[in-house]
Amino acid sequence: MIEEITIIGGFDKLGNPEPVKKAMIKKGEIFGVVGPTGSGKSSLIGDIEQLSQEDTFSKRKILVNGKTPSYEDRTNPRKKMVAQLSQNMNFLADMTVGEFLSLHAKCRGAHSKCVNAVVELANTLTGEPIKKEHDLTILSGGQSRALMVADVAIISNSPIVLIDELENAGIRKHDALEALAGHGKIVMVVTHDPVLALMTDKRIVMKNGGMQSVVGTTEKEKALSQKLNKIDGLMLSLRDQVRNGEVIDDIELKNLEL
Amino acid sequence: MKMVIVAGTPGSGKTAVLIHALQNINEIGLKSAVVKIDCLYTDDDRKFAKINIPTKVGLSMDMCPDHYAIYNLEEMINWADENQAELLVIETAGLCHRCAPFTENSLGVCVIDATSGPNTPLKVGPFLSTADIAVITKGDMISQAEREIFRERILEVNPNCKIIEANGLSGQGCAELADEFMKSQEVSLDQEKLRHSAPLAVCTLCVGETKVNKKYHRGILRRIDGFQSYEGE
Ligand SMILES: Nc1nc2c(ncn2[C@@H]2O[C@H](COP(=O)(O)OP(=O)(O)OP(=O)(O)O)[C@@H](O)[C@H]2O)c(=O)[nH]1
Ligand SMILES: Nc1ncnc2c1ncn2[C@@H]1O[C@H](COP(=O)(O)OP(=O)(O)OP(=O)(O)O)[C@@H](O)[C@H]1O
Ligand SMILES: [Mg+2]
Ligand SMILES: [Mg+2]
Ligand SMILES: [Zn+2]
Ligand SMILES: [Zn+2]
Repeated sequence: MIEEITIIGGFDKLGNPEPVKKAMIKKGEIFGVVGPTGSGKSSLIGDIEQLSQEDTFSKRKILVNGKTPSYEDRTNPRKKMVAQLSQNMNFLADMTVGEFLSLHAKCRGAHSKCVNAVVELANTLTGEPIKKEHDLTILSGGQSRALMVADVAIISNSPIVLIDELENAGIRKHDALEALAGHGKIVMVVTHDPVLALMTDKRIVMKNGGMQSVVGTTEKEKALSQKLNKIDGLMLSLRDQVRNGEVIDDIELKNLEL
Repeated sequence: MKMVIVAGTPGSGKTAVLIHALQNINEIGLKSAVVKIDCLYTDDDRKFAKINIPTKVGLSMDMCPDHYAIYNLEEMINWADENQAELLVIETAGLCHRCAPFTENSLGVCVIDATSGPNTPLKVGPFLSTADIAVITKGDMISQAEREIFRERILEVNPNCKIIEANGLSGQGCAELADEFMKSQEVSLDQEKLRHSAPLAVCTLCVGETKVNKKYHRGILRRIDGFQSYEGE
């Protein structure tokens, strides 16, 4: 059972020690990772995905339940503790959606029935439906992203979940986050989106490749996050209307009760 | 002398991971030397020179680079000796997909690019199936699921190899590889044997025939329908 992971700080891009020396994430917590583009957010969750042991340029060390994980735990996909949705927007593998999912289910020791469930879930997140017979490489950015989310949620069922920029590619981000962040998991979400950032319990602020600080989400922010959700809901429904070729004549701001 | 032979398709990241691993070995205090075998051109010697490792280049030209590497093992070991190296690393472009340059007691390392698609491990042949270590590079460019499938495919071809997922840019995984270099055994060429015998291919094309018509060809000839014959004396 994984109760917590610990990130032991290393060095930023300039070689200075990271201001955050140690960050702990417990089971059931959602952590955000925020910061300007290029500030090292993806690198940070990459370190966690690899359960790095001072062997990347950040020299961070990741502990699981306070201990150094074994080589086997770090590398064997059947034992893999980490599921990661990376920032990559497209697949490169030359095979059909169905073949790909079956192979991945086999790697992870998951049941072959998962394949249909993944396609179904992906289709609730994206616009034009994905079919099992489709070639992976012809899927659009949004379709690929939706399939990656569903694959991580169902097949890569790991206790640690890392999510890099869920908001891009125009998929339904709230539904996607819900699917990914199952109960009792350790979740980290890299995001530029204040709506998602304020939904987390704490957030790590990145700058220059280093962890600058860990900010707890305040009660005020949690209340704000509810309001932001409503604005976001409005934006989403507008987006769907525009996507469906409708003409918008007014926006009901009053309904937002800000 | 410890001998590590690193094979992999062009651009798979052999030099990039070696630079990181050899820097690690430098820090431990073991002296290494590198020979790069390529066909027509390489600038890898400049890259290794940057980290102050003695480097030698061999260009095989129209010969299979693996054959060329094998014929020249003794010269390479002598050269490494002259440079007071205790570890000889040979980087070779595994172009022919039928040969593998690994000898029984050397450490055989195959570097394979994860972006080349999950069927690649099935195609590359003996330099993967007879390797001790498979290093997967460029995993940073694909999804985790694709990485996991790639890994499984490698194990299908070579169930006994150790897989190291490495990043040639960040150096992640390269310390693990350096560890394996350190653990490798001493090699003496006297009784040393190849792990995989060189392929069946002796025909007039091998010795320079350029006419394509079948009537000019002698030696072991295999037809696309699987029929094979020996033409000649
Ligand atoms: N994204 C990414 N790029 C990499 C990685 N490893 C190597 N590269 C890049 O891939 C390119 C080729 O790397 P090399 O190390 O020169 O490849 P090589 O196998 O030595 O090539 P040859 O010696 O020419 O056969 C370079 O531009 C590297 O920077 C990796 O893990 N990730
Ligand atoms: N600690 C570090 N030391 C050295 N280089 C670093 C460090 N952290 C990140 N980098 C380098 O900085 C670059 C940008 O990092 P990264 O891709 O993680 O940024 P990001 O915050 O995810 O950006 P974006 O918002 O655009 O996705 C990368 O090339 C990475 O190699
Ligand atoms: Mg990023
Ligand atoms: Mg090279
Ligand atoms: Zn050959
Ligand atoms: Zn021939």
